[in-house]
Amino acid sequence: MAQKEITEADLRARVRKLLEEANPDRVDQVTFRGKQYDYGLAWVHFPEGCGGLGISPGMQAVVADEISKHAKTTYEDMAINAIGFGMAAPTLVTHGTEWMKKNLLRRIFTGEDIWCQLFSEPGAGSDVAGLSTRATREGDYWVVNGQKVWTSGAHVSKWGLLLARSNPDVPKHMGMSYFVLDMQSPGVDVRPLHQITGEAEFNEVFMSDVKVPADRIVGREGEGWKVAITTLMNERTAIGGGSGAPRKGSGAISVLMNLWKARDKRRFSPEGEILMRDRITKLYIESELLRLTAQRARTARKAGNPGPEGSVAKLVQAELAKRLWECTMDVIGADSLIYEPGYSRRRPTSRARESRIALSKYQFLRSRANSIEGGTSEVMKNILGERVLGLPGEPRNDKDVPWKQIPRNA
Amino acid sequence: MEISFTQEHEELRQMVRRFFEKDSTEAIVRKLMETESGYDARSWERMASELSLLGIGIPEQHGGAGLGPVEMGIVCEEMGRVLYCGPYLASVVLAAAMVREAAVDAEKSKLLSGIASGKTIATLAIAEESGKWNPESIAMRATRDGAGYRLDGVKDFVLDGHTANVILVVARDGETLALFRVDGNAKGLERAQLPALDLTRKLAKLTFNGTPATRISDKDIAPQLRRVLTLGAAMLAAEQAGGAQRCLELSTEYAKTRLQFGRPIGSFQAIKHKCADMLVDTELARSAAYHAAFELAGEDEAEAAEAAQIAKSFCSEAYYKAAAENIQIHGGMGFTWEHPAHLYFKRARASSVIFGDPSEHRQRLAASLAL
Repeated sequence: MAQKEITEADLRARVRKLLEEANPDRVDQVTFRGKQYDYGLAWVHFPEGCGGLGISPGMQAVVADEISKHAKTTYEDMAINAIGFGMAAPTLVTHGTEWMKKNLLRRIFTGEDIWCQLFSEPGAGSDVAGLSTRATREGDYWVVNGQKVWTSGAHVSKWGLLLARSNPDVPKHMGMSYFVLDMQSPGVDVRPLHQITGEAEFNEVFMSDVKVPADRIVGREGEGWKVAITTLMNERTAIGGGSGAPRKGSGAISVLMNLWKARDKRRFSPEGEILMRDRITKLYIESELLRLTAQRARTARKAGNPGPEGSVAKLVQAELAKRLWECTMDVIGADSLIYEPGYSRRRPTSRARESRIALSKYQFLRSRANSIEGGTSEVMKNILGERVLGLPGEPRNDKDVPWKQIPRNA
Repeated sequence: MEISFTQEHEELRQMVRRFFEKDSTEAIVRKLMETESGYDARSWERMASELSLLGIGIPEQHGGAGLGPVEMGIVCEEMGRVLYCGPYLASVVLAAAMVREAAVDAEKSKLLSGIASGKTIATLAIAEESGKWNPESIAMRATRDGAGYRLDGVKDFVLDGHTANVILVVARDGETLALFRVDGNAKGLERAQLPALDLTRKLAKLTFNGTPATRISDKDIAPQLRRVLTLGAAMLAAEQAGGAQRCLELSTEYAKTRLQFGRPIGSFQAIKHKCADMLVDTELARSAAYHAAFELAGEDEAEAAEAAQIAKSFCSEAYYKAAAENIQIHGGMGFTWEHPAHLYFKRARASSVIFGDPSEHRQRLAASLAL
């Protein structure tokens, strides 16, 4: 895609024009971000008319910087619509219809419409391309039946990115279609998914004869996988990328180090202290190296030379998190038998006001999922081995046969 | 200090890599490791005159190439990839740094310009029989002898100690730690090459028996020695990162080509995942080594010290693991003398000890973090 060029000075001038019309200190998020979108400053690398100016994505930081010079309020935190902002938008701008670009993008950016991703199924996790949710064409609609799982935010979402099987008679990668699903459609049933920490961050989504208008297909029939690749490529940046560079020694490692320094002096013998000190130092080193490697990944991406650093970071973060929170439990000692957060079933709330100890106990359980969600560590290693190092794949019995013949669990 | 290499840095790296592709092939390494000196004098001279590598870190006013830790780290990393055999770490990294930090002006120019030209091969003798590289462990005493000094005692594990023509000795002069210059052929100096585990890096035990020495520092050099050891640790870490990367390349190449059970062994997950783990460790090791080099090029000494501790401890373990797995992935072949895997394994093991092992560096880091 040919990129336009605009000088930083001109871009900043444009931001100032926006701020004259609407300033975050004086108007609400929807108003401000709507105007930001209209000025093409939402995703500057998107085409004009879609919230962008068709320039380099590296210039987005200039926009944020200029806004921060003239406003104390920031409407930059889009964590609640991470999927909409980070995954739906790039997918729609690349593969969506004109209707979708005109009617859906702006409301993603303002946060008016929350989005969820409907890919994983009970029978299709690491092997998401093996999914079985069925979309059958009936007149002006596709009729969808099936079940999705691990759907973050489905209970508050207006729209979903739905990947379904439109043709079971061809090899699996060729028989899927991609839709935007109105989550309010009749037949869509969202149920909380109870997880080991006691709460329900995720949902199961049951679809029973859900009618999706035919013009809500993204890309062509049978090309759903190609569209899904765009979504998945952006998943890692949306969730794993992070906005700013974390400070040295911040985050989980600082919780561990503070817990250690505040420990009960009777907890460890002198020998135990020596062992624990070395263990914590190793975790500090790994946290630092993860931070530096993520920084190198960003530098390389900005320079247009993405290397293995990014994929490495996801894997390291997941494995490090488990070991780090395990260590906090060991520092806490016998009190780790008690679980203050409790197991009442509820939607997640902010953990900001929790004590360090309660937070550690929660994270100890929650971190078990870090090496599973967004690509298991084992799959990540396969990706590193095959796509980065070029090692050969394993023999497959599911690539060239019709999907319906592939062995599946009942 | 953010890790940020320039176009010039990339060009330096490519130039050095191309040089070693000819001057440090496996055949050359195997030949040199069997010699007493362990290096090729003609190649060493060309490194000075054609590439100015021996002048990196030495100010231009003393005949050096200027530049600093980042550039030096690039050279060391490339050397690590090819198991370069030569007194670079001893002379250009450590000895030159100690001279810059602690030698009086009258001594500086001659020593530094000699090192930069390659004609002076200097080495810094720190560790003694206790095998520790830190100011506190130095017990050797210098005694006044007329206008000069006498040295008595033993310096051990001295890099290229038996071939250097200038030995810089750190010893106690009364209450202070001082730097002494000893001629390689001085009277009363016995130099015994040690039968090293790692044949690619020559070590010697130096026994001083009333050896005449010239004191070339004028105040306590403990802080300077710490700074020099920080640089040494960071440069050795860069070498280790380069070596780990090479082990990854060798393992991956073998995994793609070696066939067993009708397919490349790299198509089995056990091997594939070993390679992936090696890739992760190598990337983290590079982050550590680069970070240390960039911090050393900056103003904050405490940050540089911490970065060097992180780098030396992590890169030592990463290189060792990579070299060990490289043997493992090569199966029986990896256990033969003919295959280069053992050369990297031994270099990895030995370099994890020099300048302090991972546990020692972590202990110092723990102390500075007030854990």
